Amino acid sequence: MLTSFMSYLGSTLTPGSAGNQLWALIYVLIIFAGVSVTVICMNWLERKALAHFQVRLGPMRVGPHGLLQPIADALKLMLKEDIIPAEADQFVFWVAPLIGLLAAFTVYTVIPFGPSQAVSDMNIGILFMLGVSSLGVLGIVVAGWASNSHYPLIGALRSSAQMVSYEVAMGLAVVSAILMTSMNVSGTGTLSMIGIVQAQQQQGIWFIFKFFPLGFIAFAIFAVAMVAEVNRAPFDLAEAESELTAGFHTEYSGLRWSLFMLAEYAAMIAVSAIAVTLWLGGWMRPFPNLLHATAWDFIFSLFPGLTFGCLAAIAFIGTVRMPSHSFFKIQRIGLAAFAALLGFIALFLLLIAVVAGLSADTSLVARFNQGIGYVYWFVLKVAVFMYLFIWYRATWPRYRFDQLMRVGWKVLLPISLGVLILTAVVGVIVS
Amino acid sequence: MSDRPSEVSHLDLETPEKPYLDSNELIINMGPQHPATHGVLRVILKLDGEKVLGTECVIGYLHRGVEKIAENRTYTMFNPYVDRMDYCAAVSNGLGYCEAVEKLMNVEAPPRAQYIRVILTELNRIASHQLWLGTHALDIGAMTPLFYTFRDREEILKIFEKYCGARLTTHAFRIGGCQYETYAGFEKDVQSFLTFFAPKIDEYEALLTTNRIWLERTRNVGVISGADCIALGVTGPVLRASGVKWDVRKAQPYANYSKFDFEIPVGTNGDTYDRYLVRMQEMRQSMRIIEQAVAGIPEGPIMGKVPKVIKPPVGEIYHSIEAPKGELGYFIVSDGSTQPYRLRVRPPSFVNLQALDVMVRGLLVADVVAVIGTIDIVLGEVDR
Repeated sequence: MLTSFMSYLGSTLTPGSAGNQLWALIYVLIIFAGVSVTVICMNWLERKALAHFQVRLGPMRVGPHGLLQPIADALKLMLKEDIIPAEADQFVFWVAPLIGLLAAFTVYTVIPFGPSQAVSDMNIGILFMLGVSSLGVLGIVVAGWASNSHYPLIGALRSSAQMVSYEVAMGLAVVSAILMTSMNVSGTGTLSMIGIVQAQQQQGIWFIFKFFPLGFIAFAIFAVAMVAEVNRAPFDLAEAESELTAGFHTEYSGLRWSLFMLAEYAAMIAVSAIAVTLWLGGWMRPFPNLLHATAWDFIFSLFPGLTFGCLAAIAFIGTVRMPSHSFFKIQRIGLAAFAALLGFIALFLLLIAVVAGLSADTSLVARFNQGIGYVYWFVLKVAVFMYLFIWYRATWPRYRFDQLMRVGWKVLLPISLGVLILTAVVGVIVS
Repeated sequence: MSDRPSEVSHLDLETPEKPYLDSNELIINMGPQHPATHGVLRVILKLDGEKVLGTECVIGYLHRGVEKIAENRTYTMFNPYVDRMDYCAAVSNGLGYCEAVEKLMNVEAPPRAQYIRVILTELNRIASHQLWLGTHALDIGAMTPLFYTFRDREEILKIFEKYCGARLTTHAFRIGGCQYETYAGFEKDVQSFLTFFAPKIDEYEALLTTNRIWLERTRNVGVISGADCIALGVTGPVLRASGVKWDVRKAQPYANYSKFDFEIPVGTNGDTYDRYLVRMQEMRQSMRIIEQAVAGIPEGPIMGKVPKVIKPPVGEIYHSIEAPKGELGYFIVSDGSTQPYRLRVRPPSFVNLQALDVMVRGLLVADVVAVIGTIDIVLGEVDR
């Protein structure tokens, strides 16, 4: 029995394709926990980064440099009174945030953090993702409707119109990326998310640079549309604070409100992950074909450790620069411990990488890169997008509703159509 | 002149013939608790989808009866009350009041006091415009300018604090001159503020002036013609952005503004963007005035010959100044006693707010907050 169990565990690492339910379950748990933790970290990072854009400090009181602020926030939101307005449709009001959350998290089933680090390798992965992520709008519309109040209603109407229009341009941009996957010998493309990254690997080019500038334009359209899709500045009309107080979630409070926030940030990470998968080579490290010697493999395998080392150094500098008043003693100890934790992770990663690099067995470096490197590069690329989201929010005013529609239908849609046609034409000519 | 101002009418909120639910029209209450109504303004909006069919401003949530209080206070005692009207431009309010009473008593502040007054008033104009810019940009969705303007406004408030101990409600002037002599290093502080602030305006402009979204959000939004402005009594930057070159500092010079060389920026289109440009230019012109005033500040007394008990002769006076938000006038009727018989304030915010309905009809909800921001109201002054 043990042997059959062991062989079941070892049957395949991509659970979806082989139906290894145990691994699938474990991946689901890891991803759910990981995304939730990332959202909490994003909360802190956004407040901090935004604060530094705006010449202020941001959270500083709860924990060293406000590191425990998101935990305090989460606790506060959970303990708050859960208000359902008397006039609201109770059941729909209750179910709306869950719809949004479900849609945002379901997208992660097809997002590949690596060739084998995915919940499932669905052969219609990108279609599935487009379909599920557009379900998110249902949560918003339903929330606005169920609140039975004017501001949420206007917010919900705005966001439904906005998401539907931007999905068109977004879809067309995605299609042009999918067309590029068929540029191989057999001429068959793929809708599988893992397949799309592998196509980029085989063709030796990230799709953002493919048929320059066509790939780049398609990517740019997606990058704009995805901001609108997740209702972030400068397209945050649905919750336009200065106009609609809080838009669709005006009547929400406490845990329910935090579910909306969780869904919004999860959706941000999800769309960034899709952009990375489609155009930026997914889990691949930079220049996998150009710099493919063993030495390069070793050098790139040091990056995860070095990144954590940088974070540890930042935390350490923060510890040193803390005021030497006894009031800050506990904070300093806490920050030092945090720096030490990051430092240990860095040392651990560096140690593995160096041991693997120095050993005679060259396959060890490759195994390190497959195990940790893939996830690292994927997450790094996504993190860049998350930073961009914050940067947008700090820089730009908000579009007006009609202008948003004009940009969507009159600018993005024609360009994406043109890019799609040109991609098809160029593809046929080249092949 | 068009007949649009006459259209300003009350919304028929309760018309019995209408069906219970009119699916086309939506009436929503913007305020009094709303992030973008700059305090406690309540605007009742009649909407068709997102399009504004009409507005009705409900004011008075901050009414304190300042004018009535004046009748029960001596002239000196009432002076701090004017600071609480437009609390973002308290110095200008004080200047207007002091000058009105001085005119009534036929005394004049000595030259040094006049210079101090001009410096502080123009600093306050910059501070008020900074506050306007930050909140206006925030209403349109740009968060960051708010923090930049508040950071730089702090420098002005520091000068105020050093001069008279208060930052916001300064009570900087007294009838007949100034209470306080300038502190040691006042000129240096003002000078260093000017050198500090010049690049900061460029920083604001870099963020907004050529920003595509900012242009789209402000151009051709809230357009009002010069004739409409005059018909509604609108003054200040709103009037000047519509192309009417009217600035009390030039038209009816008070204090010693006639001694300074500065220009009145005017706009052409009368839209939100022009009002933005006009105010940005005004900040630069204010800096010019301050520069000249600091350079030419004379020595001498700071208080004119004013009796201990202020008892203006029987009579009435109207005196107006150019406050940051428009023409600020004081009408004082004196019965010869120590207290005004009647005091009436002509507040620019209150009069300018009338133009809201004319400006936002036919626009979208998002434009309403943009227009409220661009009119630059302070509810303390609207309600008094």
